[in-house]
Amino acid sequence: MSYFERMDAVHMDILKEIGNIGAGHAATALSKLLNKRIEMTIPDVRIISFDEMMDIVGGADNVVAAVFLRIEGDAPGNMFFVLSIEQAERFIQQMIGDEQFKLEQDCSELSLSALQELGNILAGSYLSSLSDFTHLNLYPSVPALSIDMIGAILGYGLIEMSRVGDHVIVVDTAIHEEHQPNDRVNGHFFLLPDPESFHIIFRALGVDRDE
Amino acid sequence: MSEIVQVVKVGIADMNVVKAPHVIRTCGLGSCVGVVVYDLVKEVAGMAHVMLPDSSLAKSETMNVAKYADTAIEELIRRVIGAGGRNGHLKAKMAGGAQMFQFRTGTTDMMRIGPRNVEAVREQLQRFRIPIVAEDVGGNSGRTIEFHPKTGMLLIRTVNQGVREM
Repeated sequence: MSYFERMDAVHMDILKEIGNIGAGHAATALSKLLNKRIEMTIPDVRIISFDEMMDIVGGADNVVAAVFLRIEGDAPGNMFFVLSIEQAERFIQQMIGDEQFKLEQDCSELSLSALQELGNILAGSYLSSLSDFTHLNLYPSVPALSIDMIGAILGYGLIEMSRVGDHVIVVDTAIHEEHQPNDRVNGHFFLLPDPESFHIIFRALGVDRDE
Repeated sequence: MSEIVQVVKVGIADMNVVKAPHVIRTCGLGSCVGVVVYDLVKEVAGMAHVMLPDSSLAKSETMNVAKYADTAIEELIRRVIGAGGRNGHLKAKMAGGAQMFQFRTGTTDMMRIGPRNVEAVREQLQRFRIPIVAEDVGGNSGRTIEFHPKTGMLLIRTVNQGVREM
């Protein structure tokens, strides 16, 4: 745990601000795209075990739709945009203009590429605002879409972190449509910087860690 | 008097041992490999949720033996024997090692982690001369697996493909 012990409240606040700015821009982009008000929660920055991370999104075998992309450049890491199946269906319905669309019955190229494009736009706006804020060069890879068990999907993003320990620092921002029941949070942005990226981000923002 | 069957859970980078009638389960295997080592006559089984192929990849000072194939299998065997399993009578089943995402560019070695995990688990089982009775590896789907030490049955659930017995 020594890696995480060096994190103090200031560092956690910085990560929270990063989540705030990134997801804020992404939520605005989503609002425009769907012509709906999208609300977001205050970002949550936590150091948690891998299993606890799965629990945020309903346990390791909960089936979700997730867009994953690799962040390349100055501060590499992974990013996930995770949606419940119902919410993914609603977004696709609005994007392709078909109210009847169901993911189970129709996994057509069009609907999936609509969802992938959604993830692309959101992740892109998250990252570019992050890049502006930190003055770091951050490039998203081409996003990949998967509809599967959350454990299988997120496990991939935990590989780099797992080399350092059994915990992960996750910047988590939940989003939901306005007027949708708040007890069921419907989407999550997860930012998982690689272990080496933290001090790069902190240094870029003038809050250096004592190594 | 019938005993209540418990489902013993194995988390990510975790391992556990179970005796019949209880069963053992791990959820959401993607690139990770779920490996079961069991003695059918003694009705004892151990399961590990392996995340990485080799402990030399570790950059931390603390060591979680369940995380790496090269350390997990050895410890798993030790625990199964500790719970009554007999050396020379152990068999193995495994599942997982999928490639969840395909990338056209920037494919580092880390991205191929699923197949590498499978290969490493195979090597380790071979090292201890434990035959692999059944396996369901590769592909690009997540799996949830459950092992029944009484029957030696491994149940594999995959999204859209239902449950298979192995």
